[in-house]
Amino acid sequence: MTPITCEFVLNGRTEQVSVAPNTTLLHMLRESFMLTGVREGCGHGECGSCSIVVDGKLMNSCLILAVEVDGKEIQTIEGLAAPDGTFHPVQQAFVDESGMQCGACTSGMVMSVKTLLEANPDPTREEMKEALAGNFCRCTGWELIFKSVEEAAIAMRQGAAR
Amino acid sequence: MSTAPVKKIDNWPNLIGKKLPRVDAPQKVTGDAKYAADCNQPGQYWVKLVRSPYPHARIVGIDASKALKHPGVKGVLTGEDFNDFSWGWMPQTRDERPLAVGKVLYYAEAVAAVCAADEATAELACELVEVEYEELPGVFDPEEAMKDGAPLVHEQRAGNLSWDFHMDYGDAEKGFAKADLVREERFETGRVITGFLEPPAAVAMWDTDGITIWASKQSPYFHYRHLAACFGLPLSKIRVIQPFVGGGFGGTKNDSLAGDFCAVLFAKRLGRPVKFVYSMEEVLTTCRRRHNFIVDTKIGMMKDGTLTAMQQTAIADGGAYTAIGPLTMYLSGVMGTLPYKLPNFKFDAYRIHTNNPIGAAMRGHGSTHTRYAAEILMNMMAEELGLDRLDVRLKNAIEAPHTTVNGITVNSCGLKEGLQTLRNSEAWQNREKTPKGGPIAHGVGISGTSYLGGARQRGHQSCAAVVRLCEDGTINYLTGASDSGQGSDTVLVQIIAEELGLTLDDVSIRRVDTAVTPIDAGSYGSRVTILAGQAAQKAAREIKEQLAEVAAGVWKTTADRILFNDRTVFVDGDPDKSMPFRKLTQIACYDAAGSVIMGKGYSQYDLEEYDFEQGYGNPGVSYSFTSQLAEVDVDLETGIVNTTNFLIAHDSGKPLHPVNVEAQCHGSASQGLGQALYENFKMDQGHTRNPTMVNYMMPLATEHPKMEVVHIETEDPSGPFGAKEASEGAIVSTPPAIVDAIHDATGVWFTSQPITPEMIVTALKEKKSREKKANGKAS
Repeated sequence: MTPITCEFVLNGRTEQVSVAPNTTLLHMLRESFMLTGVREGCGHGECGSCSIVVDGKLMNSCLILAVEVDGKEIQTIEGLAAPDGTFHPVQQAFVDESGMQCGACTSGMVMSVKTLLEANPDPTREEMKEALAGNFCRCTGWELIFKSVEEAAIAMRQGAAR
Repeated sequence: MSTAPVKKIDNWPNLIGKKLPRVDAPQKVTGDAKYAADCNQPGQYWVKLVRSPYPHARIVGIDASKALKHPGVKGVLTGEDFNDFSWGWMPQTRDERPLAVGKVLYYAEAVAAVCAADEATAELACELVEVEYEELPGVFDPEEAMKDGAPLVHEQRAGNLSWDFHMDYGDAEKGFAKADLVREERFETGRVITGFLEPPAAVAMWDTDGITIWASKQSPYFHYRHLAACFGLPLSKIRVIQPFVGGGFGGTKNDSLAGDFCAVLFAKRLGRPVKFVYSMEEVLTTCRRRHNFIVDTKIGMMKDGTLTAMQQTAIADGGAYTAIGPLTMYLSGVMGTLPYKLPNFKFDAYRIHTNNPIGAAMRGHGSTHTRYAAEILMNMMAEELGLDRLDVRLKNAIEAPHTTVNGITVNSCGLKEGLQTLRNSEAWQNREKTPKGGPIAHGVGISGTSYLGGARQRGHQSCAAVVRLCEDGTINYLTGASDSGQGSDTVLVQIIAEELGLTLDDVSIRRVDTAVTPIDAGSYGSRVTILAGQAAQKAAREIKEQLAEVAAGVWKTTADRILFNDRTVFVDGDPDKSMPFRKLTQIACYDAAGSVIMGKGYSQYDLEEYDFEQGYGNPGVSYSFTSQLAEVDVDLETGIVNTTNFLIAHDSGKPLHPVNVEAQCHGSASQGLGQALYENFKMDQGHTRNPTMVNYMMPLATEHPKMEVVHIETEDPSGPFGAKEASEGAIVSTPPAIVDAIHDATGVWFTSQPITPEMIVTALKEKKSREKKANGKAS
């Protein structure tokens, strides 16, 4: 298959890459950019572990072709912390509240929570459940993930108020 | 004179029992953590497996010529390439081969492997390998498989008997004769899998110095032995490096896979690194599952609820191979005498081969089936005798110290306190006030269970630790223990930091590299905190002793007066004599010609040998106790169950890292919830009809109740700082608590897992028509 060149902004930098037209965005990110923080669980859009943000929208990167992001802006877990390394409030809350165990879902979960809190700064538990229903977690039983979301929400509201 | 504040030892412990972040959290929230699929080597090839379309078939021939001609294909392996190698848990049960030889015994068993320059080519070329099969009649139900004339999965195993296990303690018949009520029921558990999110993966290399493999294993040293045996190399030439592990839960990642052996053999033959990553479909179709059990259970009970005897006969679907099945049979029986006083116990278990995927270990190994049956039957009998479910449990609950009829010795037990916690809860107190009639019926259920910690498996048991002191006062901790997500890395680091008066940041854990770290049996049977924790503690103490000698020399005192706290070393009771830990380290390392300060430790316990064949003696070093309450809302119209609340009163001895203990209880209960209500492989003549995450239905965020964990603190002499197990108790306690809650809501007892909405609707209809008939007769 003839490779296609596409250009996009990835974690704040403009990038150009040549990819086979059948390459998924997930595989391009992992293989061409070594962004292995974008995890592959099921590969079929069922687990959410490959969740990333494309033009502000949460997406399963396993369900998008790489060529579809031409001209778009992509953020992965690797691009979430501030350039000086300061964690995003969602990352910090997951650290503080132990909102993870094995970590296989964590990258996608953190991106999903960030997107949720940007849209809804003070979600109820029911709203969290709905918003995170596309992110599978086998380890935590969700209690500490919800707690992390609550702490992140407080931090983000305080950040916005300042 | 030093101005460093002198700390008294009375603020000890500093770290144990505190809320601390996990040591792996920063790597996990940034995506930095590298799992096996994230490991790559320059020039690596890829391997994919050719899998059987039949659950039982003779392999007539394999023609790889088309695949080998395909551009990019580097090689093809078949079963014969591994010579006579087979593996299994015990010498007499080594019945599994990397690739099938002669016959396939379950659907999608690997028959050949293709290596190619890239993953897509390898996958495509698998379809070019032509395998001719002669399909054989299969057997898929364990009770059918036991009958005369049933197809034999292994020709030499008559009646398809894989393993049987028998226990007979006290006199069950006498116990039943004495009882006021004897009842017998059949219970069945479902076909479930561990459900880790990270599919197994590895990258293997071979050179003149042996094998190096980055593999997703929760017991990397089992794999190390398998590779040495398969490839005829000394253990010193086998280097298994453990990346982060994305969930284990027993079974698959405690073992080796077809992909592992094939990657290594290709690496040897082709001189290139070789990688594989299983797909989720391969995981859900071929990886090891929990056995599904039929448990016929008979209990004798006095009018006041006192248990007189229990007899259980268990039949387990073992699937095609033995794997760790004998241990499953042992554990499903040996734990039957906990957590209630039981003077008479008879147990007979039969593991039966079928042409289904392989049954193996999973969290709550073994006892989850038999305890589930016993818990529900106790409640059925309490109902029949008009007794309170909680009273019956309190009446029979053991208290420490206790020795069971099969020689299990319990040194600490928080069961009664846990059950009291349930009793005092609002949910229990208000249970009669909640609506029952519909449309939504509320129910409250309870259970009381026990699980072993520090599993004593056969063979090598010990955990070891090496602690190296760096000259700047920081620590490298080398462990053979594996954290597959449960948080043990954090707890082990915490133990070392606590012993040396340091912080978590001062201790860097170096995960398993079999060329460097000390041997360890890995993660299973809730053994890591207890046994690797003990090893870590001893290793840290060895360093402390060496440093104390140096400090004693500096201050002209005796080593026993030297204390370590807050990164400071000081003389007990002498405020003038203290210095930073870092300074003492430098003195110790650079004194005279210089020295190397290391500590080592390994776990030991003072327990008698146990009898695996008879189920006598201790299967673990200590025992946790879990009392659980579950609340459900049952929609009587649709049969949909909404679990709203779990209260888990768990005795993990001293909780070293309380947040981790709670997290383990949450996760365990979550898997128990899946088993009780949602998860079940739909099998059709050996084929798995729902091998996707959506159709297999593990619970999502939306299915989870609120969970509260109450720590029931006890002191157990065998674990570090008094710790016991935390990760498996709640998977045993959750399903029976949910069944009990559904009964409370609907008046119907369900005896098989999972309880689906269809089952509830059907049962309620039947109940209604029975009641109608009864009323008709009465009027």
